[in-house]
Amino acid sequence: MRSIIDILDFSVEELDELIALAEDIIRKPDDYAESCRRKKLATLFFEPSTRTRMSFEAAMYELGGNVISMASGASSSAAKGESVADTVKTVSQYVDIIAMRHPKEGAALVASRTAEVPVINAGDGGHCHPTQTLADLLTIQREKGRLDSLTVGLCGDLKFGRTVHSLINAMARYNNIRFVLISPEELKLPSYVKRDVLKNKNIPYVQTTDFDEVIPELDILYMTRVQKERFFNEEDYLRLKDSYILTPDRLKNAKKDLSVMHPLPRVNEISISVDNDPRACYFKQVKNGKYMRMALILKLLKEAGTI
Amino acid sequence: MNIDSIHNGVVIDHISAGRGMRLYDLLGLDKLNVPVAIIKNVNSGKMGRKDLIKVDADIPISLDVIGFVDPGATVNIIKNGVLTEKRNVPMPETLVNVIKCKNPRCITSTEQELDNMFRLTDRENIVYRCVYCEAAVNAN
Repeated sequence: MRSIIDILDFSVEELDELIALAEDIIRKPDDYAESCRRKKLATLFFEPSTRTRMSFEAAMYELGGNVISMASGASSSAAKGESVADTVKTVSQYVDIIAMRHPKEGAALVASRTAEVPVINAGDGGHCHPTQTLADLLTIQREKGRLDSLTVGLCGDLKFGRTVHSLINAMARYNNIRFVLISPEELKLPSYVKRDVLKNKNIPYVQTTDFDEVIPELDILYMTRVQKERFFNEEDYLRLKDSYILTPDRLKNAKKDLSVMHPLPRVNEISISVDNDPRACYFKQVKNGKYMRMALILKLLKEAGTI
Repeated sequence: MNIDSIHNGVVIDHISAGRGMRLYDLLGLDKLNVPVAIIKNVNSGKMGRKDLIKVDADIPISLDVIGFVDPGATVNIIKNGVLTEKRNVPMPETLVNVIKCKNPRCITSTEQELDNMFRLTDRENIVYRCVYCEAAVNAN
């Protein structure tokens, strides 16, 4: 039984297949409208989420399937002390596939070991969020027409940002990628990611605190939010949250075909006045996320022999 | 300094100076009701200084723990006063319930009866990572 915990659970070839499947769904949605008829997805969200849960639910409905949902961790048996393993084993008896978000890192792996149906990690604390990375990859493919030969700028919280680490892991497997890491000193990319992913694979990167200096080089600019929930100390959060804000002025020096991405939600790191710039891709990214989740649900259910 | 030789038991030799106590703790030797000697900072021709642990009882010793704390250590098995086996201890690829993950956000901090599992990810710097949350632990 295959589950997806980390973006690296997929080979590059599988990612390419998933992207191709998502693009086919975008072109011919009617062909997939009954693909999951009479199949059920459970969305188990032990911590608050708006877009990811709704994206999974919309994806399953568009495949003709049904969704059952747990309103929140506080109203579930988890609040009574039930283990993740038991909850997931129980829910497995009702549904064909599970999408789970949990505040504890590694919870999705624990779930996948006891579930009797495929589990999709919809975010496990600050650890992994593979379906966000799938959305990012489809967006880059659709905006640029390729996933190689790109200068990718990552800006903001590169220390705690799980989407950043996942995207670096995923993009590092494509040819001729260069990373530009833009962050305050305190939120720099962890050294183990630099060592294990970038240095070990000889992938060129620069690390800087000067946003304006590097913005003209970028093909992709991936903005991130400084996440309050990842800090133990509110003082540090308040000091760092406004480090980099993308404004129309800053974008004047960027390439005409730059793609500005953001995993959302944003707080104030992208000025609302950037939304009308044709280079802003973050709402397209949201839509792409739904298509990639559709492709992922289809792939996992097919592999499980459910459809 | 003399410590009586043992009749049936284990001598963990060539422990890097300073790591003997950590090994003693992680092996759970403090919980045994048998004679145990920890000898620290012994002169060693090869190492300069070394630590040594002698356990005067025929008990199982976790080689994974020794390989994690000090992969240069050697384990000598003594039976009836005779050295019957001498082993080098490689760094184990995985550690199961040897150490606990200290990341408060890790699922191991709340999930019942979940084994603490670590995987060797950097042999050169002896870095292990939690299988669940990938938090790093350095044996040193």
